[in-house]
Amino acid sequence: MTRPSTLSDAELVRRCRAGDDDAWSELVERYSRYVYAICVRGFRLSDDAAEDVFQDVFTRIYTRIDTLRDESALRPWIAQLARRRCLDAVAKAKREQVTDTLAAGDVDVVAEIDEAFEVRQALAGLSGTCQEILDRFFARDQSYRTIAEELDIPSGTVASRIARCLGKLRDELEGRNEPREGSRE
Amino acid sequence: MTRTHDEERLGLLLRILRPAPAGWVQAAKELPGARRSLDELVARADADVELRRELSSGLPAALEREGLDLDPRLVAELRRRLERR
Repeated sequence: MTRPSTLSDAELVRRCRAGDDDAWSELVERYSRYVYAICVRGFRLSDDAAEDVFQDVFTRIYTRIDTLRDESALRPWIAQLARRRCLDAVAKAKREQVTDTLAAGDVDVVAEIDEAFEVRQALAGLSGTCQEILDRFFARDQSYRTIAEELDIPSGTVASRIARCLGKLRDELEGRNEPREGSRE
Repeated sequence: MTRTHDEERLGLLLRILRPAPAGWVQAAKELPGARRSLDELVARADADVELRRELSSGLPAALEREGLDLDPRLVAELRRRLERR
């Protein structure tokens, strides 16, 4: 898992506008899961349609980033681009009835994806080990055994580490994570 | 708005943002370089009648000769831009 940087969205946008390719890579890294989730979870697009929308959304972000008025509003802008393109894809697949259902209901799904994004941002405040363990277990469906082997930790400790890291993530989210010496995983 | 997150809810939310396929992410990251190549090629075609003819008569072969391996979406865009000229 690529470790996220601490750059704000606004700074990321400014650097992308200045032609900084590394900033662009960071933007893609930060938002690739978000756009992917909108495609496959929010609109249940097929793999082919999702790939088309995914690439098109990032192309539009790249070519239109100068038009974003509020640099800190990157996420809602990307969500809007992704939702519009997903609706186009659904219409193209001639599933108009499904489109109607999703057009009414997708707001909740995207809201949940937004909440997931906030959790993921909070995850970035945890130690690298916690980030890896939680991402591998929850987002990549890796087994305790695989996690233990790949992170070189005793397999018998994976479950307890997951529980401990979830606790830290909850603290991070609730703003109660006071730094304590030796408290990081 | 203050939200509370029990561990079950956190697990559910962590499962939502799964990694996109690596190839998709890589292609998106390579957009700046690919678009620069495309822009340079269009500029050269504007100045070079022979290159413009080559591109118009057989785009895939011409791109291969140029050593460009562009995403099909960019090839389609290049085709549109050349047609407009």
